Amino acid sequence: MIRTIALREFKTLFLSPLAWTILAIIQFILAYLFLTQVETFIRVQPELATIENAPGLTDIVVTPLYSNAAIILMLVTPLLTMRLICEERRNKTLPLLLSAPVSNTQIILGKYLGIMGLFFIMTLLISLMPLSLLTGGTLDYGKCLANLLALFLLLSAFTSTGLYMSCIAGHPIIAALGAFGLLLLLWIMDLSTGIKDQHSELFEYLSLLKHFQMIQTGLIRSVDLIYFAIFILLFLILSIRNLDNERL
Amino acid sequence: MKLIEAENLYRYYGKHCAVHDLSFSLARGDVLGFLGPNGAGKTTTMQMLCGNLAPSAGRIIINGHDLLDSPVAAKRNIGYLPDTPPLYRELTVDEFLSYCAQLHQVPRDQIKPATTTAKEKCGLTSVSDRLIAHLSKGYQQRVGIAQAILHSPDIIILDEPTVGLDPIQIREIRSLIRELGQAHGVILSTHILSEVQESCTHVQIIQEGRLILHETIKGLEQHMKMATVELTTRIPVNADLLKSLSGVLSIEILAPCKIQVHYDSSHDPSEQIASLTIAQGWGLQEISPIKRSMEDIFIALTQAASDNSANTRDSLP
Repeated sequence: MIRTIALREFKTLFLSPLAWTILAIIQFILAYLFLTQVETFIRVQPELATIENAPGLTDIVVTPLYSNAAIILMLVTPLLTMRLICEERRNKTLPLLLSAPVSNTQIILGKYLGIMGLFFIMTLLISLMPLSLLTGGTLDYGKCLANLLALFLLLSAFTSTGLYMSCIAGHPIIAALGAFGLLLLLWIMDLSTGIKDQHSELFEYLSLLKHFQMIQTGLIRSVDLIYFAIFILLFLILSIRNLDNERL
Repeated sequence: MKLIEAENLYRYYGKHCAVHDLSFSLARGDVLGFLGPNGAGKTTTMQMLCGNLAPSAGRIIINGHDLLDSPVAAKRNIGYLPDTPPLYRELTVDEFLSYCAQLHQVPRDQIKPATTTAKEKCGLTSVSDRLIAHLSKGYQQRVGIAQAILHSPDIIILDEPTVGLDPIQIREIRSLIRELGQAHGVILSTHILSEVQESCTHVQIIQEGRLILHETIKGLEQHMKMATVELTTRIPVNADLLKSLSGVLSIEILAPCKIQVHYDSSHDPSEQIASLTIAQGWGLQEISPIKRSMEDIFIALTQAASDNSANTRDSLP
């Protein structure tokens, strides 16, 4: 059942120009940023040769690519997730799912995985760019995979937030704004920790950026993985609860 | 075994009580018509039966499964057409119906035959490949009905199924409903009273969330035979005098010299009316019993119910 709903959601994305447009635009922008990064690397290469323990190709080109992708996708995810539940409710198609023999958990997971399917394709497409570097250089595969993992976890977290916002909002635009606002807040949460010496461990822990960057460095700590797992589960459970409340 | 058993259903929206102590049951072979004025609680009741709304109190047993305890098992027996057909406009009729079949767990090899049968029954074969968004309202409504009967559920719940259809389609849908009623249990809601008369075996009238009539169509026809006489006189009558006769409930003045007298079916006052008319010298020209239409019963019942509830409200301290 989850598979049925997920497949339907995934196919629906590609029925409208939305998914195609987003894939194209993101690929274009990231390719541009990627090329700039490659150029920077070529320019600073002679200097790097003189430094001991200098950052390599992966550090200078690949990591920034994924960081840029993360920021751009933070803007894009709310646009993809905003229609999930909200539009069904507005178009009165939700009763179709609610009166079918599927549980609310299956509905939410189906919707969630449908969008994740698109993001899976997107991360693969983005990863083609670093792979193209193999034609003229070598890569730190471990670090590349860590970046891939970090981006995918981050997108999973973004999507769960967007899905929840789509559950509670009455209009898709509100859902998009809400999701974007919440994500941005969580993203910049650790900024305050930099001011003076007011070091807030809680805010630092809550910040998405910190955990994302930590995995990006290639250091995969269980604390970061648990953070993402809790984050995703929390919003998925909240979404299911919200759909349960629909009946009350 | 009963297909649906609903016991003491209540549904509150905030403080507003939309459904008040509703109990009824549905057996295989029944076609139950839900009647009621706007806002009577028809749609709310149907949403509760389909598990889209939870009742504030009460119990719903669908084919032996409690809708609250095992919703998935219970919902497997239901086909539901809400008041707005739930259609994905960006899909074609075929895509949509096969998605619905998958949602209702129709076995993979049965999906194609099931959609074909449903399309034939609803007259959709010619529009199989068209986008739902491009279909007319009548066709969209038919897709909605096809979606509800697709997996041949035991219980089919249709919320105003004939809205937006042309007269020929309405006739087709009515005969479809009768046909479905033979092997399944069907509940349909409507404002159109003749529809109930034509396609239902049972009728249920709801007013302000309360059940005010649950009858078989035969019983209803009994109701129709009674309780009104039409009186034509030469000069206008004194309505107050007539009203004072025992058994007379109300008087409706159709024209200066033509009135209808509604009375309590247990004592027929026709004789007194006739003798009063002669005694008063109003010039009796015609007195005849009226066979009431469904509309009359409906209006009489709903008005009586709202009068009652108005009275009880007034009597509150």
